[in-house]
This record gives sequence, C-alpha cells and structure tokens, in this order.
Amino acid sequence: MKSTLIFLSFLSFVGLASAAGGGYSLDRANIDASDAESLQRGAKIFIDRCVSCHSAAFMRFNRLTDIGLSERQIQQYFITDDTVKVGDTIKSAILASDAKTMFGVVPPDLSVVSRSRGADWLYTYLRTFYKDEAATTGWNNLVFPNVAMPNVFSQEQGVLRAVHSTSGQSGLTLEVETEGSLTADAFDDLMLDLTNFLVFMGEPAAEKRKQIGSFVIIFLILFAFMAWAVKREFWKDIH
Amino acid sequence: MLRPVMTWIDERFPMSKLVREHLTEYYAPKNFNFWYLFGGLAIVVLAIQILSGIFLTMHYKPDADKAFASVEYIMRDVPLGWLIRYIHSTGASMFFVVIYLHMFRALLYGSYRKPRELLWIFGMVIYLCLMAEAFFGYLLPWGQMSYWGAQVIVNLFGAVPFIGPDLAIWIRGDYVVGDATLNRFFALHVIAVPLALLGLVVAHIISLHEVGSNNPDGIEIKKHKDPKTGKPLDGIPFHPYYTVKDIFGLVIFLIIFASIVFFAPEMGGYFLEHNNFIPADPMVTPPHIAPVWYFTPFYSILRAVPPMFGSQFPGVLAMGGAVFILFLLPWLDKSPVRSIRYKGPLFKTSLTIFVTSFLLLGYLGLKPSNIWGQVGSADVATLAAQLCTVLYFLFFLSLPIISRLDRTKAEPDRVTS
Repeated sequence: MKSTLIFLSFLSFVGLASAAGGGYSLDRANIDASDAESLQRGAKIFIDRCVSCHSAAFMRFNRLTDIGLSERQIQQYFITDDTVKVGDTIKSAILASDAKTMFGVVPPDLSVVSRSRGADWLYTYLRTFYKDEAATTGWNNLVFPNVAMPNVFSQEQGVLRAVHSTSGQSGLTLEVETEGSLTADAFDDLMLDLTNFLVFMGEPAAEKRKQIGSFVIIFLILFAFMAWAVKREFWKDIH
Repeated sequence: MLRPVMTWIDERFPMSKLVREHLTEYYAPKNFNFWYLFGGLAIVVLAIQILSGIFLTMHYKPDADKAFASVEYIMRDVPLGWLIRYIHSTGASMFFVVIYLHMFRALLYGSYRKPRELLWIFGMVIYLCLMAEAFFGYLLPWGQMSYWGAQVIVNLFGAVPFIGPDLAIWIRGDYVVGDATLNRFFALHVIAVPLALLGLVVAHIISLHEVGSNNPDGIEIKKHKDPKTGKPLDGIPFHPYYTVKDIFGLVIFLIIFASIVFFAPEMGGYFLEHNNFIPADPMVTPPHIAPVWYFTPFYSILRAVPPMFGSQFPGVLAMGGAVFILFLLPWLDKSPVRSIRYKGPLFKTSLTIFVTSFLLLGYLGLKPSNIWGQVGSADVATLAAQLCTVLYFLFFLSLPIISRLDRTKAEPDRVTS
C-alpha cells in the first residue's frame, strides 16, 4: 500500500509538471470533433481561403471522407482544378517563391499546425488581427506580434484596431473600426469551425484512436480480473 | 505427443535444462512486493519497442528531406501506422519510467550489494545504452526539437578540451546536424544499440540467476535450505508463482500504457513535444530547447554548473559524473544491512533528500531558468538547481560515512511478508 502511494506521487509529479503554460492568455476553443457539419464547414473555409497561400502537404483530399463527405462531393465542392485527383494532397495555389517575395516568408504548411500550436492558440490567433500601418502587410496580431500574414477574414470580421489600455493584456485591447459582414458571435463560430477542421487535419485518426482505445481498455480490465484470479489461486498455498 | 519432441530437442539442445534453471527451478524469495514488477516490465517494454520499431522501419525514411514526411505518412496512410508510432513513442517514455522505478528498487533494498555488484554494473550499462538509444531515436522524426536537441547534446562533446571540436564533427559527420547525422543515428538506433542492449539484458539475467534475487528484507534466502531437497525454505519457483503474479502486474501496466497510447499519446507535450511537429529548420533556433523529460535531471545539472575558464566542460563533467557515480554505489554503501527496512534514520533522510533533489532537477530541466524569477542578478531556479546538484552528489559522497554511523536495526533470520 505504502509503495503504491509512492508510485502515485511519482505520477502526480508528472501531472503537476504539465500544468504550466505561458504568454498571451488564450481563449478556449470549444471544439467538438464529433460535429461533422462543423468539420465540413471548416474544411470548406480552409480550402476556399487558406489554401490560396498555405499547403497541407500530408493531407489527402479523400481523407475528408472521414468527416462524412463522399468522394463525389469532395471532387465537386473542394477540388477546382481538373488535374487534381481526389487522392492527391492539398497544395497551395501560390508558388513558394512568389509567396516569399510577397510576404518575406514562405507560408508554413498547415497539415500538423494544430499539433504544434494547439486549438486555443489557433482560435485566438485567427480572431486577434488588427490594423497596423507600421506592419508591411498593414496587419498585426495579438498572439503572434509582427506576423507576416494579413487578416484574410477582414471582410467577415470587419477591421479591428488596437487601443492602448490598462485593462487589456500586453496593454492592448481591440476595438471595432469598421463592421464586417458577420456579427462578432457568427464570426467566432466560423473560426471555431475552421479550428475544429485544423485539429482534425492534424491527426485524422484521432477519433478512431479513441474508439479502438475504449475496447482495448475494457478488454484489458477483464483480462486483469482473470489474471488476478489465476494469481490468487496459485498463491493460496504460499504463506 | 510433446514428450518425444522434447526428448528429441533435449538430446541436441539443453531446452529442459534451461527451462528448469531459469523458470521452474529458479527459486525466488517469496516476499517480493510491488517494486519487483519493474524488471519483468522492462523486458516486456523492450520487446514492445523492438516489435513496433521493426514495423516503423518498414515505412520510415532516414533522409533529411523525407524523414518528417515519412513519419506523417505513417500517421496517416499506413494502416494502423498511427497506432504503431504511438506505441513506440509511448514505449520510449515508459521504458524510462519502468527503469527509474527498477533502479529505485535497488536503492531501497540494497540490491547492488555484494554479491550483486556485477549485476548492478550490467544494469547501469543497460541504462547508458538506453539513454543512447533514446537520444539517437529522438532525432529520427526530424522535428525542431529532434534537430536542436541533437545539436545541443552533440555540442556538449565539443566542450571536451583539445579534441572537442573534432570529436563533435566526427559524431555528426558534418559541421552541423544534417543528413549524414540522421543516417548514422538511424543505423545506431535500429541495429547497433539494440544489439548491445539485448546482449546486456541476457548478461543481466544470467548474472541475476547466478547470485539469486535479493528481496525487500535484503537477506539471503540461501542461508536456510531444506536439508532433504536442498531448496531454499523461503524460495518459491519463479514459474508458476512469479509468472502468474507478473502477468497480473503486466496487465495493470498495459492498462496505463494503453490509456496513454489511445487517449493521451502526447502526454501534454511530455512524451511527444509540441515543437516536434514543426519540421527541422537549421535556420530557426527555438527560443526554449529542453530535452525529453527522462534526460532533464542531468540536463539541469549541466545548466547548474557555470562555465569556468570560458569553457562549458565543467558542466559536461558534472553531468557525466552524475551518471557514472551510480556505478560506484556497491562500494560506497558500507552499511551492515542491505534493506531500507533495517537501515537507520540517517540513510532514510539521505535517500529522501536525494530523490527529492532528483525530481526537482528533472522538473527544473523542463523549464526555462528564469521560471522562478530572480534574486539580485541570479535566477532562483538556477540557484535551486545548484543546491540540488550538490545534494545529488552529497548522497553518494556521504554514503560511506553515514552507512557506517547509522543506527541500523537487526535483520531477521527469515524473510518477513
């Protein structure tokens, strides 16, 4: 018993170590990986808006079948170029060299961006662009200062401006300068769908992993009972 | 049916003899507790790593231009590739969890004491090989942490006086970590080190079965044998008693293992680091480079020692010393008793301080050194790491003295439960 407690304190130490974070405090992305419609909307935004500059070189179009789309629908709604096949990976529309001249950097591949950044970071990042004349693209961002990317959603979100204030984080709060075509809530929902899709794309097998996992754990627990019974039977005569 | 087959084999190979010597007539003390599970578990994890590793090798490409993509290919396009990869990445961390607990058991019950010194040495060499194996393997996914972690560790060899710079180039095969480094680390990871590990594990077990297992009381069961059969009175055959017990322990371990693989394969960024999902970029140094958790106690010691005479070498020496001093343990402990059950308050206090320092060093190694703020111009965390480093070494250096002075209790004649 005592030794088990020591072992548990080892484990809680690991848990404690993982609790720390840092930097700009992020908004929570309340995404639902089982919401196929949200994922499909996110996929559509991604293909329509992000892929003009970004690639997803490890993601195949036909993997969208995992979120409830048929190959025909994928061909029809997600692939505009006839030379692109449904089994191809997602390439960006812009040439890397052109992007380099325009933005100074090649826009990163987004296949696994959710795994390096996390859902909350992406959700907050996508919503905290603000107008900044000092920046080369005219845009800046609260969680990614001096980012090379402009706000591609200014049509929907409107134009925000950073105002110095004592209440906001890093001394800045965002205020609406020009209204966008969507309300703030509707825009948040749109970005939530996009974040949901980016997280799916980071690990398409994640849902399947959890499904299989439940069966494996149930099997192991049953196995544990049997193994314990066998052990007890054998050890009866040991004193 | 089986008997003629066994006879046929036994006339040509000592099959029954091996089974008898190592399983059915290997007498282990009957009072093994929870801590005695981890040796067997380590063997299972080794098997898991070798098997999953073989399947990963079938799809992985050790090429700087293709490595990162081939790992994602395994994660997406290889059927159940994600499972094999997560089993391997979880196995790497769990190997160290199991080995650290296994080593701690030896510390608790004095399992390194005479006549088990060589058993302990084999174990330590296995631990060294395991660290090398983990280090080489960590480069293979070719992410930012793989790349910069390898860069930092190889540069440590560069701090060796005179030969350092040449040594570092010799290890990398290039002036920076690159394709040549990746290829050789792959070779070392999949064949050289595993081969050495397997041989050492066999030596470890042969050595164990030669001297017999220690137990939580730290007394020899061979002292009391049945006069008729010549078998130890407090010993029971390893098979079936400990095989059935270990299978139960193994299943519990597998529940933990599977929970990680299926529900938290990244373990909050500690088993698979977030930055390692960014492909290696020699032009962009990450702001905070930390090794994987199982190396952080030693990394902390490295950082805690300030550069002297414009060289990082003292830190490297301290880090190496922290590992190598463990080899000396059998000769540093002079206590008349083996087990912590009969050792006195001095040793118990000393061991508690040592374990606390080790864990704290591990924690601090994960964090930037400014995490606890500053006093004057010094980082509080660095001062804490320096204190823990001193305490770490003090455990070993004071052991010959305190183990002689300590008020030990009398060992029992026969094992207790």
